Amino acid sequence: MSATLTQPSATAETTAPRTYDPIPFSRLVSVELRKMFDTRSGFWLLASVGILATLATGAVILWGGDDALTYDTFAAAIGIPMTVILPVIAMLSITSEWSQRTGLTTFTFVPNRGRVIAAKAACTLGIGVVAMVMVAAIGALGNVVGSSIAGVDTVWNLSALQFTMITLATVLNMFIGFMLGLLVRNSPAAIVAYFVYQFVLSSLTMLLASTQEWFADLQPWVDFNYAQGQLFDQVPSAEQWANLGVSGLVWLVLPLAVGLRLVLRSEVK
Amino acid sequence: MITIDHLTRTYGSFTAVDDVSFTARPGRVTGFLGPNGAGKSTTMRILVGLTAPGSGSATVCGKSFSELPNPARQVGVLLDASAQHAGRSGREILTIAQRTLGLPADRVDAMLAKVSLSEEESRRRVRNYSLGMRQRLGLAVALIGDPEVLILDEPANGLDPAGIRWMRDLLRDYANRGGTVLLSSHLLHEIEVVADDLVVIGNGRIVADGTKADLLAGAGTLVRTADVRPLARALVDSAIEFTHVDGGLRVEAEAELVGRLALDAGVPLTELRGADGAGLEDMFLELTADTQREQPTPTPLPNGAAA
Repeated sequence: MSATLTQPSATAETTAPRTYDPIPFSRLVSVELRKMFDTRSGFWLLASVGILATLATGAVILWGGDDALTYDTFAAAIGIPMTVILPVIAMLSITSEWSQRTGLTTFTFVPNRGRVIAAKAACTLGIGVVAMVMVAAIGALGNVVGSSIAGVDTVWNLSALQFTMITLATVLNMFIGFMLGLLVRNSPAAIVAYFVYQFVLSSLTMLLASTQEWFADLQPWVDFNYAQGQLFDQVPSAEQWANLGVSGLVWLVLPLAVGLRLVLRSEVK
Repeated sequence: MITIDHLTRTYGSFTAVDDVSFTARPGRVTGFLGPNGAGKSTTMRILVGLTAPGSGSATVCGKSFSELPNPARQVGVLLDASAQHAGRSGREILTIAQRTLGLPADRVDAMLAKVSLSEEESRRRVRNYSLGMRQRLGLAVALIGDPEVLILDEPANGLDPAGIRWMRDLLRDYANRGGTVLLSSHLLHEIEVVADDLVVIGNGRIVADGTKADLLAGAGTLVRTADVRPLARALVDSAIEFTHVDGGLRVEAEAELVGRLALDAGVPLTELRGADGAGLEDMFLELTADTQREQPTPTPLPNGAAA
């Protein structure tokens, strides 16, 4: 007589009040991190961080010359490709939601788009720091191996503080990519915009500074590339920090705010 | 339960959604019907918070979608099956959904089984999926949180006839177990077979809203007989309007009245039934006549035929 015990499953399923917990931020971060590297392009971008670091180390050992075999040289050689790859990773995490239209799903799972963007920003920061620690490690290995091959003393001429400055500069670069991604929301256009911003714009300001005296004085205050570039070479003075803050406000923070506003308000189609 | 209340959305001078109100109730499949560009997708995007409403409101489970703590646990959404990263596998897309929603890992395989995507297919990248497979995957993503409401935009697109039957059975079963289904389509026959309630939209405005039975009640009667002339004469005598259709008549009257007339006239009938199929199509074309690119004709819509 089991039939009498059987309830229609429908009633049980729909009348019971169900409550749900909000999605915790940590979970969003872990999902966004996964989304950055679970595609072929994401995987190769990640792999290229390691590949280029190794290639750069090898290049310094092969062609650097004995007196170039210092920790500073290795770290710089590895750090330069990072200024291109890492910002692209940050940028694509934003633009793919639009270019691949995954935002349709992402932003229905999490209607509060600000939380999704914040999770992506946390991933960007985390990847930047981890990648630079990896750069330091590969650079150190290269320094030890390179100097022992050449038979010269191993020179550790890069302070932890200076390395922190380089990491900061790299993370700022990543957020330039992040910002351009928010503004443009299209993968190819954002990549082009990044190269214009980083390389074309900085060449132009350099040219302007070398020909126009008035601009040479002004440059540290208005040229974010310039102010940020100082981080690679030295621990900034108080004035240089101010340069970085003022130019960063104009070239990074303001456009970031505009991009964020666009993303929060635009239609997702 | 879905409640749309005086929803309006304009783009410049163009009104995409114009004072739209309707409800989709639990235990029923609500068909959201309208020609291309009538405002179906815009309404659905507003409903799930992807587009901001101009005025009016849309609520799901009594709340605005963005106020739901973990919306996909209560509302399954499939707006565009092609809107997935082409470089991810179907399994990866489901895994992202499972992790975002905080579900046990075995939901991924359960959903793949539910939408009949094989192990091998699930590991393929979505760029290599047919539209039908993408629809299945999209439905799996919508269902993974075991929601009580489903919002589906043109889910039958790209499915083969067996796939359409499968989806229809799935939605029917879902509604029978108490779920709410809002299903948009321009495929009249698809909607007609599965929907309990119909909302017809044209030019951004609701032009008809009610149960399928009510809306089709005025569709008339289809009657067939070997020789239609005596029956036609009887109808003319009773001042009842009718039109000739293949091998019979479509009569603007209740089936019972037509049957009685046939009995009185001594005409043997081979078929007597409500003219539902043609009725919905006529209703659709009639109600949305202003918004059609083509003038209404008795032939089926090209889109309908393509299904």
